[in-house]
Amino acid sequence: MLKSEDIVRRFGAKTAVDHVTLSLEAGHVYAMLGPNGSGKTTWMKMAAALMKPTEGRMLFQGAPVSVESRRHVAYMSTEPYFYSWMTVRDAGRYYDDFFEDFSMSHYEELLRDMELEMSMKTRTLSSGMAAKLKIALTLARDAQVYMLDEPFNGIDLLARDQIRACILREATPEKLLLLSSHLVEEMEAIADRAVFIRQGKLIEVCDLEQLREQRQQSMADRYREIYGHAEVAQ
Amino acid sequence: MKFDPMVPIWLQVATALKQEIVTGYLPPGGKMPGGRDLALQYGINPNTAARIYQELEREGLCATRRGMGTYVTEDTERIQRLRTEMARAAMDRFLSDLRGLGLSGAEAVQLLETEVQNHAEE
Repeated sequence: MLKSEDIVRRFGAKTAVDHVTLSLEAGHVYAMLGPNGSGKTTWMKMAAALMKPTEGRMLFQGAPVSVESRRHVAYMSTEPYFYSWMTVRDAGRYYDDFFEDFSMSHYEELLRDMELEMSMKTRTLSSGMAAKLKIALTLARDAQVYMLDEPFNGIDLLARDQIRACILREATPEKLLLLSSHLVEEMEAIADRAVFIRQGKLIEVCDLEQLREQRQQSMADRYREIYGHAEVAQ
Repeated sequence: MKFDPMVPIWLQVATALKQEIVTGYLPPGGKMPGGRDLALQYGINPNTAARIYQELEREGLCATRRGMGTYVTEDTERIQRLRTEMARAAMDRFLSDLRGLGLSGAEAVQLLETEVQNHAEE
């Protein structure tokens, strides 16, 4: 569904994504892993058609990504993106205007699950609540691809359960979900495949149940093996 | 449910479901949650949930009726056998633990009898 062919992105002398060929299929939840600066966000931004590759191609359903593919690809960046004057309702309306596939009723459901209210001012939200709002806005779209960059950042333990449940509800055979997070443990049970990236290069894509069955390893174990003990966040 | 991330998730949930079948919490012929519901209930990937039903079906513990959902087997003998299998596995773990402590079979039996009596008195 989403495929990068020998894709490269350079920023000046630095190569953020280095000849990555990666094909992601519908019906799976992928965890994209790697230390800071390994190129996860850059790859996602190219997949969301928000950034152009220096070399190579990014394809959605076999065609190069574009303004058109953006209508089917929902991307949540790590940056905050609502104006301080907005209420939770305003943020929803803003999205509703912007994306054809945004569903106000689905948004309401997600807000209920995440314990947020329409009348809340975005300015007064705690960092955890603001993070949940971003997720609700993204998942309220009826897209084919959902890419969530660091959905568990700044979110307490209990709220992470809510987020995992909301993510799982979107995981249908027709959709592709891609999550990046340093909180590897949070994704062990909800993801079924992991994509490991290091210094802009693709290391491997693996099936998590196979990893457990054949190597008696968790995703976190494999992470430690690939990146070395010092780099694992708890 | 808290998972051990080093053990296949499907196996952990399948074991939990088997326990529910053995105890009758999921009665013979009873309807089991759909694949998606199972995924949400346990907080697991839907593909993992599908795998669980494949395995339970393969073991003759449940059957999927097209368009109707998945049901626990009505074969009570099969369920009885499952109970024995699970009890045996628990005994194996128990005995290997005691062997690890250097206890002989006879000592293990003696200890177990004492413990069973203590539990009964409580």
